[in-house]
Amino acid sequence: MQYLISVIDEGQAAAAGSDYSATPEEDAAIDEFNARLQAEGYWVFAGGLGGPDAATTIDGRGASVVMTDGPFVETKEFLAGFWIIEAPDLDVALKLAAEGSKACNRKIEVRPFQ
Amino acid sequence: MSAADAVARAHRDEWARVVASLAKRFGDLDLAEESAAEAFATAVERWPADGVPPNPGAWLTMTANRKAIDRIRRENKRDDKHREALVLSDDEPHEPLGAIDDDRLRLIFTCCHPALAMESRVALTLRLVGGLTMPEIARAFLVQESAMGQRITRAKAKIKAAGIPFRVPSAEDLPERVSGVLAVLFLVFNEGYLASGPDTDPVRDDLTAEAIRLTRLIRALLPEDGEVAGMLALMLLIEARRPARVSASGELVTLDEQDRGAWNESLIAEGHRLVRERLATGAAPGRYQLLAAINAVHTSARDIRDTDWSQVVALYDQLVRLDPSPVVALNRAIAVAEVDGPDLALTQVDRLADALAEYHAFHATRADLLRRLGRSAEAREEYGRAIELAGNTAEAAHLARRRDQLRG
Repeated sequence: MQYLISVIDEGQAAAAGSDYSATPEEDAAIDEFNARLQAEGYWVFAGGLGGPDAATTIDGRGASVVMTDGPFVETKEFLAGFWIIEAPDLDVALKLAAEGSKACNRKIEVRPFQ
Repeated sequence: MSAADAVARAHRDEWARVVASLAKRFGDLDLAEESAAEAFATAVERWPADGVPPNPGAWLTMTANRKAIDRIRRENKRDDKHREALVLSDDEPHEPLGAIDDDRLRLIFTCCHPALAMESRVALTLRLVGGLTMPEIARAFLVQESAMGQRITRAKAKIKAAGIPFRVPSAEDLPERVSGVLAVLFLVFNEGYLASGPDTDPVRDDLTAEAIRLTRLIRALLPEDGEVAGMLALMLLIEARRPARVSASGELVTLDEQDRGAWNESLIAEGHRLVRERLATGAAPGRYQLLAAINAVHTSARDIRDTDWSQVVALYDQLVRLDPSPVVALNRAIAVAEVDGPDLALTQVDRLADALAEYHAFHATRADLLRRLGRSAEAREEYGRAIELAGNTAEAAHLARRRDQLRG
């Protein structure tokens, strides 16, 4: 099964004096974790995201496209990045997610793909 | 034995096994539950006419398997081919699991998975392992039947969608996962022991009995686990006191006022035996073993005055090291009052005020200590606060009587 592991920033970036990016220590731990995912065959894809202030929300369903500056919902917490992993079941996914959470120093949500 | 008795007995003894073996074979809890229920319904119909089969469990499993296959064929869904493959072959490699290779254990760990909400774990365990019906579970937790049905349906859907495995956890994860299972069973037991609804009986022996039955099952499956043994001993020693715990007028009777002659001797003997067995292993006791040992000290005293309170305090000291929570500290202070007097105990209890302000037992304990120190006005106020917060009717009645006895 494939799982999306979302990284949730609750002010860690701001506290570290950055708009949204990870600290060098966090980056190093994430690199190490990524290498492990790849070596052990769990890796599908991963990426860190730009901050919510770089987001544009678009509604293209009407006659004209409506663009709004900013994320679709304004919250203090935001999606800072994600992993997509391949794991045999939720127990394995949760174990990896716990390690990922430690590496990136943030809370994490695990969700299965349909 | 009549056919109806035979069905009831098979339901008690075989339900979990039938559901578990179907869940394992078809990888679908929904299908397993529905087909098991159908098989038992067929037994109700057929056994009175055809006679009880020589091996009821095998008959039920075989019938449930046929029902499941019928169901799959009938449903005719797009994923039919996948399921058909499962029906035709069971060639999944069976991982070696040593002594605890039992499908019922897999079922229990799946139902009590930490990725499910606690209330879902309780409902699923009672339904799929305990075999309680949806209306029974809804009644037990005072929720609408439809809401309980939805809770169980959602939990099963999450198990399927999120890929919660049907597996006994690895040795490394086992202690933590077992303690998660025990937490579910203790919650069921406590709801029976101290029912929280305004309109329910103060003691729900159907729930305590079910919790004990399931704990016995887990003990049979994990006989070496100290905490499982401890949990069973703890439940038995609490259950043993039930006959003395609520007065004829529906009021809670505290330990010091109970008629100890009414306690259930055989449950106490079994509980004490388990506690001794654990002590004999020399292994460091966990939380439930310590709680069982504390209850063993209480139930060893034929009179409240014979209680070995310093032993109780010593056991609480061990428990505090494992679980430094304010509730444990509160219970320790109650024992301290008997050894060192209510004055010292009150000082310790007062330190917990911030953490336990909303906990009725905190106020009840404080009220009792203040009463013993002759500080009646403060005690009365604390009894009032405890009554407001107490969810159990018998307990509220007991606290009201204590308050009304105060003078001055």
